[in-house]
Amino acid sequence: MMTALTVTAMATANPLGYGLSSTWDALRKDRHGLRPNDFEDAAIKTWIGRVEGLEAEPITGALADFDCRNNRLALVGLRQDGFEQAVALARGKYGPDRIGVLIGTTTSGILETELAYRRRTPSGELLPLTVRYRQTQNLFSVSEVVRRHLGLQGPVASISTACSSSAKVFASASRWMAVGLCDAVVVGGVDSLCFMTLYGFASLGLLSESPCRPCDRDRNGLSIGEAAGFMLLERRDDREGDLHLLGYGESSDAHHMSTPHPEGMGAALAMERALDRAEMKPIDIDYVNLHGTGTPANDLAEDHAIWKTFGGRTPCSSTKGRTGHTLGAAGITEAILAGLCLRHGFIPGTLHTTRLDPQLQSRVTLASEYRPLRSVMSNSFGFGGNNCSLILGKRT
Amino acid sequence: MQIFVASVGIAGPGLDGWTASRPILAGTAAHRMAPTSRSIPDILSAAERRRSSQSARLAITAAQEALRAGDLRGDEIATVFASSDGDGDITQEICESLAGPARDVSPTSFHNSVYNAPAGYWSIATGSRLASTSVCAYDVSFAAGLIEAATYATVEHQPVMFIACDLPFPFPLNTIRPVEHSFAAALLVTPTARNASLMRWKISLEPHRAATAFPACLPESLRSNPAARCLPLLALLARNQRATIVLEYSDSSDLVVLCEPGT
Repeated sequence: MMTALTVTAMATANPLGYGLSSTWDALRKDRHGLRPNDFEDAAIKTWIGRVEGLEAEPITGALADFDCRNNRLALVGLRQDGFEQAVALARGKYGPDRIGVLIGTTTSGILETELAYRRRTPSGELLPLTVRYRQTQNLFSVSEVVRRHLGLQGPVASISTACSSSAKVFASASRWMAVGLCDAVVVGGVDSLCFMTLYGFASLGLLSESPCRPCDRDRNGLSIGEAAGFMLLERRDDREGDLHLLGYGESSDAHHMSTPHPEGMGAALAMERALDRAEMKPIDIDYVNLHGTGTPANDLAEDHAIWKTFGGRTPCSSTKGRTGHTLGAAGITEAILAGLCLRHGFIPGTLHTTRLDPQLQSRVTLASEYRPLRSVMSNSFGFGGNNCSLILGKRT
Repeated sequence: MQIFVASVGIAGPGLDGWTASRPILAGTAAHRMAPTSRSIPDILSAAERRRSSQSARLAITAAQEALRAGDLRGDEIATVFASSDGDGDITQEICESLAGPARDVSPTSFHNSVYNAPAGYWSIATGSRLASTSVCAYDVSFAAGLIEAATYATVEHQPVMFIACDLPFPFPLNTIRPVEHSFAAALLVTPTARNASLMRWKISLEPHRAATAFPACLPESLRSNPAARCLPLLALLARNQRATIVLEYSDSSDLVVLCEPGT
């Protein structure tokens, strides 16, 4: 059994709003954050979950070289919910070299490079100052900017396992603390809108023209979103109301690069391993936040896995109709939503979904309901068949 | 923490496999510059051989060699993959498409563009359903990957195939991020000693000290490849000597590996 880690602070900026209180407000009122695609000049008929106001948040000062949409989103996220103050306290308690940083991302600041390719010279060169590769495009840039912004000096890495990236950060952070590499870890995920993901998912025929409808009979694809989310993980004595990371489970499908195992074999393994690590039984989980992207194949495969692991008793829902699929930020964003659900005793319904797919056997909730929760599982599955399930809850 | 190196794979310029490279790295044979092999690893199925990107093929070439040199099955080994720059050819192709009028992104290129694509192909090839983590830390991605592999093996008590791989960008990105040569290395590491362990590595993060010099027997140009930063460790494996290797890690610490030969 793993030592439970305490979530001592969390912060978010996502299509539902800046900060936990606006996110909770949207969640409980069933207000979604999707809109018809208005990202730059991307002429794709789809809906997106866009974070408002990033255009007016340039990074200035010592970290100005890191200025790009993704890192702006990261710093906007860090400024929410007293997170910087919580990290400052931890820095005083443990020392900056004892606090690690692990951030998940899939596309980092590639948008800068995409735009630079439109401005190449006649001989094909990039204008020298148009790409700050290390500070924008490279996947490490977001971890570097977070670490420097927070004044931390512990171990640091970016994790990029497609749409499970910012769930995987919890597993690695837990290991770092287990071997004594550090005393606390800032885990997070940041992914922002760019042309590559919009046109790439469109090329695979995976974008819905309407807001995504996970588990609906007529679901026809996902809605892309963007988000930044962070949690500070520490080991401390239990206090009333504390949120803990109780378990994580990782697996690979070993099946196909971009379609899930049809029976959800890898997904089921991730869930079982998370339960094993937490020494919990399926009945101990009060709610499952599905990966639930809204593509026909993903939702069906995940349903097989849920049915195999939980049967039809455990309430499940997808929140991607609210935030969109925030890709490398999905793991942390949904862990934060799970934290809000645990705090308020709330199971969010699956927005936009009206007619459940009769092929699906698990208990997918369409309408939101208040109900006391002790433990929640959150699923994140990515390209390359990379799966990660987290269990968050109160310590039993 | 400590791990045991069970076997090694390598694919680099004039470094065509561990058996051929070992005397070069040990200093008993001269290095001759030759382009990195572009062979397609036969562990991939016909379909994956066709679909896979250059970075996946290179990474898997090294991993396949390490797997076949050890006595563990592929499906009982977890994966850690480290790279600074991912697949530059794919990035280039997609950025060019997106800058053109049609903005047609090839579906295969898009799924190959995910950073963990080499690890995904590897799990398909080996049938491993164990954990697979892909990490990036710019120039120190190898050191970050070694930390990930060592912590994974230690905490989860499973063997890990740790693969580090970087390739040059094509023009024009190579003017902004100059990396010379394609290079991949794979280390099969285990949490406990096995009969044929090559070395025991004790790994820690420590305050800055002088980093170990890049092996003098290899061309200076290879240093620009982030994955090739493993070469001081591989040279020591080739010589089978006891020594402490220091790899640059962060602005506040270095990765220190105390290496002890196996029996």
